[in-house]
Amino acid sequence: MSRDSTARVLSVAFVLCVVCSILVSAAAVGLSDRQERNKAEEKKKNILQAAGLYEADVSIEEQFSKIEARIVDLQSGEFTVEFDVATFDSRSAARDPETSYRIAPDLDLAAIKARSRYKDVYLVIAGDELQQLILPVHGKGLWSTMYGFISLANDFTTVNGFAFYEHGETPGLGGEIDNPSWKKQWPGKKVYDESGKTRIEVLKGTVDKSSQDAIYQADGLAGATLTARGVGNLLKYWMGDNGYKPFINKLKTAGLKQ
Amino acid sequence: MSKPRDVLFDPLFNKNPIGLQILGICSALAVTTKLETVIVMALAVTFVIAGSNVSVSLIRNQIPGSIRIIVEITIIATLVIIVDQFLKAYAFGISKQLSVFVGLIITNCIVLGRAEAFAMKNPPGLSFLDGIGNGLGYSIVLLIVAFFRELFGAGKLLGFTILPNVNEGGWYLPNGLMLLPPSAFFIIGLLIWALRSWKTDQIEEEN
Repeated sequence: MSRDSTARVLSVAFVLCVVCSILVSAAAVGLSDRQERNKAEEKKKNILQAAGLYEADVSIEEQFSKIEARIVDLQSGEFTVEFDVATFDSRSAARDPETSYRIAPDLDLAAIKARSRYKDVYLVIAGDELQQLILPVHGKGLWSTMYGFISLANDFTTVNGFAFYEHGETPGLGGEIDNPSWKKQWPGKKVYDESGKTRIEVLKGTVDKSSQDAIYQADGLAGATLTARGVGNLLKYWMGDNGYKPFINKLKTAGLKQ
Repeated sequence: MSKPRDVLFDPLFNKNPIGLQILGICSALAVTTKLETVIVMALAVTFVIAGSNVSVSLIRNQIPGSIRIIVEITIIATLVIIVDQFLKAYAFGISKQLSVFVGLIITNCIVLGRAEAFAMKNPPGLSFLDGIGNGLGYSIVLLIVAFFRELFGAGKLLGFTILPNVNEGGWYLPNGLMLLPPSAFFIIGLLIWALRSWKTDQIEEEN
């Protein structure tokens, strides 16, 4: 069989593909446990950072003990004990027909098509008092789905912190949503106005500080209009009637014991 | 037949892949703001070049000429994915900082260049040395660039403060340009100038 015959080309390509795919899948499967653990730890770290509680030199497990995780039924706005908090994964729940909720296209501001009917939320409680509420949010940016946490103070309106922990936006442009100087504009912003309307938005360009609405507005990102728009839209979605608003209203009236 | 010693050490200064061939500039600009990320990146690239050189060299007599580039790239891509998986498992923080640039090792011209120019024609042992040598040549340039960028851009080396920053009560006003990609261009340019003044045979003839 000559070296350049068609049969030779096909067999070399076939053998190479089999060998390479075995190596790649072995690495991916063999290391997935450790990678999952890293991701879980990273998620906890991000929850702590969104809440402004993160300290680099204390173990994440220990710091996280201050935070209580619960599952919320988004439609009723009530806590549910149907799922185990430790194993609940809202991403797989969004794909499972049992727990998935298809978002009507005209309501789908975050462009995620479907979400879980249940969400994991994180509460910082001191004594009997709820101090902070940390909510997972996600939505489409330019290239990727961006996953983050927003932390609200106990008036359920003022932002304590907001950060993304996973996204695939362009480094240097949309990736600047990770830039500390962009992130630090969020604390103090208000999500709702007095009448309870969802007002939070991300502008194209910078916020006019003298404007009455400045408290509801965040600066966009130069060179990343679509990413910034995605951030604004996902906040509007998750903070709106189809997102956490029923839950937040319930918390306001009934408190933690419902 | 070239001597193993030359194969290993020539790429450091005499035939440096960045300095002489001006390959692999993309990642040299992107990851060199900090020494820490550079060390990991340099190890990853060295591993991939050595691994792909050995693998390509082992099967060099089986590879049909018509699909050789595809075969080389498949081998390189496999190695890069494995490195990426290991980093995600054992160096999660750094793998987040390196983000896409680990994946982009696939497109680093040095890797394919060595597989095509050297490993296709030489036995595995020599190809391995060539891979390690070129990896070191790449690493040494990246380390020098990152040394200057981190020192003058942030006043730190490997995260330890060397020049106390004005913002933290020190006296050093960091040079913000050093943290931007163009500064790597300047440093690499100066390095090449220095290298070619020292080894004058590297100067290209003017047309």
